Amino acid sequence: MTRLQFEHVQHRFGSALAVQDISFSLNNEEILTIIGPNGAGKSTILRLALGIYQPTAGRIQLAADTHIGYMPQKLAIDPTLPLTVGRFMQLNHKVSQKDARIALARTEVEHLWRDSVQDLSGGELQRVLLARAAVRKPNLLVLDEPVQGVDYRGEAALYELISQLRDELKSAVLMVSHDLHVVMASSDNVLCVNGHICCHGHPDQVSDHPEYVSLFGKREAQALGVYVHDHDHDHDCGGQH
Amino acid sequence: MTSLFLTALAALIVVILLSAPLGCFVVWRRMAYFGDTLAHAGLLGASLALMANLPVALAASVLGIFIAILLLLLSKRNWVGQDSILGILSHGSLAIGLLLAWVMPTQLDLDALLFGDLLAVSLGDLLLLAPLTIAIGLILWRFWQPLLAITVDRDLACAEGLPVKRLEVLLVSLLAITVAVGIQAVGVLLMTALLITPAATARIWSRTPEQMLLLALTFGLLAGLAGMAGSWWWALPVGPSVVVAALIGFIGSAAIKRKA
Repeated sequence: MTRLQFEHVQHRFGSALAVQDISFSLNNEEILTIIGPNGAGKSTILRLALGIYQPTAGRIQLAADTHIGYMPQKLAIDPTLPLTVGRFMQLNHKVSQKDARIALARTEVEHLWRDSVQDLSGGELQRVLLARAAVRKPNLLVLDEPVQGVDYRGEAALYELISQLRDELKSAVLMVSHDLHVVMASSDNVLCVNGHICCHGHPDQVSDHPEYVSLFGKREAQALGVYVHDHDHDHDCGGQH
Repeated sequence: MTSLFLTALAALIVVILLSAPLGCFVVWRRMAYFGDTLAHAGLLGASLALMANLPVALAASVLGIFIAILLLLLSKRNWVGQDSILGILSHGSLAIGLLLAWVMPTQLDLDALLFGDLLAVSLGDLLLLAPLTIAIGLILWRFWQPLLAITVDRDLACAEGLPVKRLEVLLVSLLAITVAVGIQAVGVLLMTALLITPAATARIWSRTPEQMLLLALTFGLLAGLAGMAGSWWWALPVGPSVVVAALIGFIGSAAIKRKA
């Protein structure tokens, strides 16, 4: 079932064209990752999907029962607003403390319950934001650079968690990512954008696409094809063995 | 004298009950200058009210809401910074208010509007203030979570389905009404101080928004009582006494926190 559909969507900021002719659809239980260079309009596409921006042309359709869990890249909270992680988890939605703690435990940050949101490191904040998005039990999970600031070994575990969440919640996942290596291993489909859609499809197809190769360079492109989970050991999100 | 004093005390408490929660939002959203602008616009509202023979609080509220929404719209444009737009509207409306007061046949009590005249608050005024306070309190209670959510992160709140723009209009409207009502009792200068100082003091000691709200109420009421006490025993002017009491609370809190 289609969860989200873009039809020839365009967005302008004043006279500047941010993205144009963006068309794709996202099904339930599908992970679609948007990649592209800086300023390619990746976050703009997410914001359009979330209804934060309105398209200046084209159409965006969301299934009627859509319930969104959004993980922003960072939090715009002012330091003058005192907010603990626990309070943040229960902000604006009815979630029991138990469920909030379980969600935080899954991203390995339950111990931060009483800490101020503003005092968290980049990686800790990412984990809290993912937990908060997940605890809403969304059927559309929108993630803006979910592993930014997370250490290398934590990355794979977080992506593993994202695909677990997709299975449990039977939700569609739309995300932006820079980590090309992991993206290719963990996405069902990839949307490569640079103001417009360069290529779109299964990771294998995309990484062979000439536009993709020219965008990211030959070496990067080759690196993607070979990445698989080649760990011979288990580790959790925190990177401990 | 005693009943006059009690009426004044009640009016001050009512204004503090409104200004403490809205003051928290003013601090969180960095709207201190915004509140100041609304207070200055209140002077224009008072002039217009006298000309049209309307209740001052009503005219000032309507004008305040109008200016607040104008500010919301203008803040989306990027010609000049928000602070400049606020300064233009703030002093522009103040100047229009002063000009109107100048050409008006009836005298506008500028001193009362700038510095407040709590002892001039009548029982009738108070009977008007009380239900208004309760209404605003109930609205704040009902919309506390969503208002907080749009303050924490606007995009996140929008993505989670909150009507962000309408909530912003609601918030600035409540602020405009509070300021309009408040300046009648406590004056333009004290109004801004009552909004910001107790909330800023509360920030020093709180870890959650709700703690900050309760502490802002506490510090505001303490400053109000201290100011009234100064007026009762030493015949000091109420307005400046309250502001000084609130200031002492803030500096004291900051000093203790720094040591700790």
